[in-house]
Amino acid sequence: MNTVIKSRYSAEYSKVESALPGRSAPWLVALRAGALDKFSGNGFPSIREEEWRYTNVSGIEKNLFVPTDQPSSATVDKEWLDRFKLPDCWSFVLVDGYFSAELSQLDGLPEGLVVQSLAKTLDTDAEQVKPYFAHAVSDDEHSFVAFNTAWFCDGLFLKVSKKLALTKPVQLLHVTTQQERLSTTRTVIVVEPMAEAQVIETYIGVEQAYLSAAVTEVFVEANANLTLYKVQCESAKAYHFGGTYVKQARDARFIHHNFAFGGLLARSDIHCDLDNASECDLNGLYLGNQRQHLDNHTRINHLQPNAVSREMYKGVLAGRSRGVFQGRVVVAENAQKTDSQMNNRNLLLSDDAEADTKPQLEIYADDVKCSHGVTVGQLDEKSVFYLQSRCVDEETARNMLTFAFANEMVNKLTIKSLHDLVLTQVLERFPQQGISIDWL
Amino acid sequence: MLNIENLHVSVGDKPILKGINLQIKPGEIHAIMGPNGSGKSTLSHVLSGKSGYTVTEGTVTYDGKDLTEMAPEVRAREGVFLAFQYPVEIPGVSNIYLLKAALNAIRKHQGLSEVDAMDFLMLVKDKVRLLEMDEKFLYRAVNEGFSGGEKKRNEILQMAILEPRLCIMDETDSGLDIDALKIVSEGVNSLRSPERSFVMVTHYQRLLDYIKPDFVHVLAHGQIVKSGGADLALELEEKGYSWVENKQAAA
Ligand SMILES: Nc1ncnc2c1ncn2[C@@H]1O[C@H](COP(=O)(O)OP(=O)(O)OP(=O)(O)O)[C@@H](O)[C@H]1O
Ligand SMILES: [Mg+2]
Repeated sequence: MNTVIKSRYSAEYSKVESALPGRSAPWLVALRAGALDKFSGNGFPSIREEEWRYTNVSGIEKNLFVPTDQPSSATVDKEWLDRFKLPDCWSFVLVDGYFSAELSQLDGLPEGLVVQSLAKTLDTDAEQVKPYFAHAVSDDEHSFVAFNTAWFCDGLFLKVSKKLALTKPVQLLHVTTQQERLSTTRTVIVVEPMAEAQVIETYIGVEQAYLSAAVTEVFVEANANLTLYKVQCESAKAYHFGGTYVKQARDARFIHHNFAFGGLLARSDIHCDLDNASECDLNGLYLGNQRQHLDNHTRINHLQPNAVSREMYKGVLAGRSRGVFQGRVVVAENAQKTDSQMNNRNLLLSDDAEADTKPQLEIYADDVKCSHGVTVGQLDEKSVFYLQSRCVDEETARNMLTFAFANEMVNKLTIKSLHDLVLTQVLERFPQQGISIDWL
Repeated sequence: MLNIENLHVSVGDKPILKGINLQIKPGEIHAIMGPNGSGKSTLSHVLSGKSGYTVTEGTVTYDGKDLTEMAPEVRAREGVFLAFQYPVEIPGVSNIYLLKAALNAIRKHQGLSEVDAMDFLMLVKDKVRLLEMDEKFLYRAVNEGFSGGEKKRNEILQMAILEPRLCIMDETDSGLDIDALKIVSEGVNSLRSPERSFVMVTHYQRLLDYIKPDFVHVLAHGQIVKSGGADLALELEEKGYSWVENKQAAA
C-alpha cells in the first residue's frame, strides 16, 4: 500500500482480521482487502465531502472504538432488553455485533423463511450470500460502507422465499452492552418474487459511548412487498451509522419507517434503486434533544419508467440539537412517467436548535411529475392561541402541538407493539405534561 | 356580566379600537355589525386574550374581575368562549381529545373531578345530534380538512359542550348554507338561558331572523357609532353603513 493511511483504525485491523467470518470464501477475502485499502486511503468521511458537509464524524477517530473479542449474552440486562423486544414478532438479537442464538427465537419459523447469523452462513455456505453481498451498495459509496465491508463481524441473513407472505414481523434487535465497543454488523435481506414481509431493525445500547456501524442490503424482488422499520434508540453518548441500501425489482413495493431518537451523533443513509413500476415510501421522524446531532440522508434513484416514490421526513429539535435532512431524487433519462414527492418538515423548539435541510432533484427525463417541499419553523402561535381559547394552558398547548406533529409519523405504524414502543420513546423524549397516552 | 369602558386597542403603533363602550347583562344577546376592517374581530380577540394587541386605555371587567389580566385559558375556563371567524386547523389533535381536555380543564378550575368517560361520550353525542353532525367529525383532527361551513358548525359544537357563560360568535353565519344556518341557529337558541349572554358579530340580517338580538350595535372605525334594538339591523340592511357613518361624521 503506497497511500497515506488516514485512520487510526487501520492499524488495529490486524488484531481482528483473523477472527472475522468468511475467511474461507476467496471472493469475500478479496472484497475485504479492497475495502480496507479504500478505507485506509480515505479515512472516515470529512465535512469537505458534499454528502457529509453538515456532519462531522471526527469523534469516531478520536475515540478509537474496539470490537469485543469475547461475545457474550450473559452481560445483557434481560429486563431492559425485553422493553424493546416485540412480543408479536420473531426476534433475533445481536449483542455487540454478534448474533446471539440464546437470546433469539429460532423456533416456529415457517418453511421458506431463513433468518440466521451472517457469519455462520458465510462460514458454512458462503455461496448463498454471494449473489447479494455488496450488490446493493458498493464500497465506493463512502468510507463507512468500506469500513463495514472490511470490519463486519456478524449480522443477519434473512430470506423470504418466493410467494411466502409472513404472518408475523421479524425483529432484528441490535444491542451494544459495553462502553467503547465497536459493533459492526452487516445484514442482508432478500424478499423473493411475490413474497411479503415486515422487518423491524431496532438499535439500543447502554448509556455509554460506543460506535454502532451497520449496513443493511435489501433486495425486494419482482412484485414483492417489504415494510422495513428502523427504530434507533442508541445511548445519548453513542455514535451510530446505519446505511440501508435497497434494490427494488419491477413492481416491487418498499415502505420504510425511520425513527431516529438516540445517539450523540447518528446518521442514517437510505438509498432506493427503483426498477420499472416499483414503489417506495420513505417515512422518517427524528427527535433531537440536548447536543444530539441527527443526520438523515436519503437517495431515491428512479432508474426505469413508471416508478413512484413518496417521502415524508419530520424533525423535532429541542435544546442545542441539530437535525439534518439531505434528500436526493435522481430521475434517469429513460425513467419517464416517474412520480415523486419529497417532503421534509422541521419543528424547532429552542433558539439553539438547528435544522439543515437540503432536498435535491436531478431530473434527466422529460415526462415526469416531481415535487418537493421543506419547512423549518416554530410552533404556530395561532394554533397555540386556539388551544388556549379552548381552556388548555400554554405549556400543555405547546406539548400537544409538538406531540401531534411527531405523532403523525407514529400513527402510521400498524403493528401494535411497535406502535406502543415508538410512542413510549417519543413521550420519554419530550415534556409530556398534559399529554395522555390514550390520544384519540 | 361584561363591562367594556372606553376601550382603546392598538396593534403595534396602529390604533384599531378607539373607545368602545359596551355593557352586557346576563341573558342578553348583542349583535355587532359594521363594515369590513372596522374592528369587530379585534374586539373578539381582545376579549378572549389573543396576544399582539395592546390595551392603551380603558377597562374590561367580567363578573367584576379585570379580564385583561387573565391568561386566555383562564378566561375560557371562566366561561368566555370565542367561536372564531377563521377556526384554526390542528392536525394530529382529534376533536374529541380537545373537547375532553377542555372540559376537564374547566372542571378542574371549578374544583370538580375529571368527567366520567361514559358521561362525556353521552354528552358529546347528544350535542353532535343537536347540531346534526356526523359522529365521524369527533375523531377527525380539529378542523383539518373541514369545509368552511363544517368548521363553523364545529365551533358551535364545542360551545354547546363547554357551556360557556359569555359566547362570542365572530361571523359564525358566514360560510354556512341555508339549512346549516338554521340548524346552527337552533343549536344556539337551545343554549339560551337567563345566565348566558351572546355577542354575535355578523354582516347579515338572516342570522338575526333566527336568533333575535336584544341589542344591535354598529362598529365603524373602531367605535360603536350607533346602538339600537333588533330593528336597527333591518334599517341597516336597507340603508347601508354609510347612513350611520355619515350621521356620525355630521354629529
Ligand atoms: N395584526 C394586525 N396588524 C395590522 N393590522 C391589523 C392587525 N389585526 C387587525 N388589523 C387591522 O385592524 C382593522 C380591524 O380588523 P378586524 O379584523 O378587527 O376587522 P373586522 O371588523 O373583523 O372585519 P371583517 O368584517 O372583514 O371581519 C383592519 O384594518 C385590520 O387590517
Ligand atoms: Mg372579522
